[in-house]
Amino acid sequence: MRGYAGGRGMDTNLLRNFLALFARLLSGASVRWIDSQPDTCQRVYFANHTSHLDALVIWSSLPQEVRMLTRPVAAKDYWTAGRIRRYLAYQVFNAILIDRTEIKVHQSPVEMMIREIAHESSLIVFPEGGRGDGREIGEFKSGLYYLCKKRPDLELIPVHIDNMNRILPRGEVLPVPLLTCITFGPPLWLEAREAKLDFLARAREAVKRLKEL
Amino acid sequence: MTDWRTLSLVGGVLLLLGAATGLIQFLKRRLDVSVDPAIVETFRLRVRAWWILFSVLVVAFFVPTWVTVLLFMIISFWVLREFITLTPTRPSDHRTLFFVFFVFTPLQYALVGVKYYGLYSVVIPVYAFLIIPAAVALAGDTKRFLERTAKIQVGLLICVYCLSYTPALLTLRPTPSQNAATEHEGDIAAEAAGKDLSPPEDNLLDAGGRKRLLFFFVLIVQLSDAMQYLWAQIPRRHVIVPSINPSRTWEGLLGGTATVTLLGAVLWWATPFRGADWWMAGVMSGIISLMCFAGGLTMSAIKRDRGVKDYGTLVTGHGGLLDRIDSICFAAPVFFHCTRWWLVLNGYIQPIP
Repeated sequence: MRGYAGGRGMDTNLLRNFLALFARLLSGASVRWIDSQPDTCQRVYFANHTSHLDALVIWSSLPQEVRMLTRPVAAKDYWTAGRIRRYLAYQVFNAILIDRTEIKVHQSPVEMMIREIAHESSLIVFPEGGRGDGREIGEFKSGLYYLCKKRPDLELIPVHIDNMNRILPRGEVLPVPLLTCITFGPPLWLEAREAKLDFLARAREAVKRLKEL
Repeated sequence: MTDWRTLSLVGGVLLLLGAATGLIQFLKRRLDVSVDPAIVETFRLRVRAWWILFSVLVVAFFVPTWVTVLLFMIISFWVLREFITLTPTRPSDHRTLFFVFFVFTPLQYALVGVKYYGLYSVVIPVYAFLIIPAAVALAGDTKRFLERTAKIQVGLLICVYCLSYTPALLTLRPTPSQNAATEHEGDIAAEAAGKDLSPPEDNLLDAGGRKRLLFFFVLIVQLSDAMQYLWAQIPRRHVIVPSINPSRTWEGLLGGTATVTLLGAVLWWATPFRGADWWMAGVMSGIISLMCFAGGLTMSAIKRDRGVKDYGTLVTGHGGLLDRIDSICFAAPVFFHCTRWWLVLNGYIQPIP
């Protein structure tokens, strides 16, 4: 079974499907693909970030065969605190964990992502870097640009998550089961010789536009 | 469900639905007839929703009461999340909302399940009513305080409290001291022993009778919606509130209510309103019809205010679950209390001292 760097057993698979179903029930997500289709080609899903559950709901709203190839990029400090989180991150979501505290030149997150996805996996990233309050989408960090510069063949899919900040706002532990809406937009690519700031603004605009649709 | 009353009521409804499905098939085959295909499609979706609804109610005849209560709890949970999703709350309301979803909703249905009438009739209008604003105040955010509090209270009241009176119909039992044998086969023996309080056929509220009461209630609600819609189609239209819903007319309200009152009275044999009080079935149906109108209008007003057409997206393009059951929510508590009041007046239930 290709694309499984993490746990392989039946149990893990079952747990994956169960968690995906659970997340969809909890978030009551209606999923929309606008000018876009689910595909197993290598992609980078980039989304606005308002809650710890964001990566989980995007991951769970993908069709199963796409989901198996898709790895969330997450903060190491949050996802390695405690055994359950660590198990979920490494074995279930097969996440790529980024150490926010020490980013070295040779161990840069972008290098790591490129190495980890090789030529089969897709990524879920949150280019804002941290969680916002859900009203405004923050400025995008430059990681997305460098990732595309190294791998211009990756399809970038903008994703907008609506209402998730109300389900689990910053600083809260217990989620409230409101309804979310996940919108996948049309793919975009880094254009030849496109300036960093222009590209980041264009990507941010693509996510913002999905909110209005 | 072996007695003739249940069989006739349920069988009649299923036959009507079968006829409706047949009619739709006929209309779809003959596209040349001068019927608007859009109307046929609306009718088809309606009939499909009715098939689902009444199939669930037929299943309710075979399962224990607590299963039905649990089912309604899940429905409440879903419509409450549709309601709150559309209602702008602030992040500081988060913990209050958690309580509303995970404490008050299960508590209300648990109390209905254990038939604790004295508590389930007040736990939300009194206790939750007071605790919600206190919890919102505890969060320390005073912006639009009264508005936010009221929205959460109304959501809980309509989606959970009011709806829970529908399965509560299954808990309307005669007081044992009055009528100890009603539950059992030994009915006739009890009557022979001289319980003159009981009318001749006193299976008014045995398990089957209670389930029939629930079935009758939902049937009358659906008939009210349908009849008000049909009567609103006649050409001379006097719209009641144009700014909220241009399809609700005086003709629809009065014609629909009159029709449903007649239909309800004709179905008296399926209800507990038997003997000399058979016309009460009609009166109750009329009340249900008026409450359905009030429910539809109120929920429309909330939707207009929020600038949406439907609640939620259970099935894309088909509106939310709350749009389907808003009339049930408004009619259930009133029907429950009127029925209970009649039962108390006639000595079937002892009033709480």
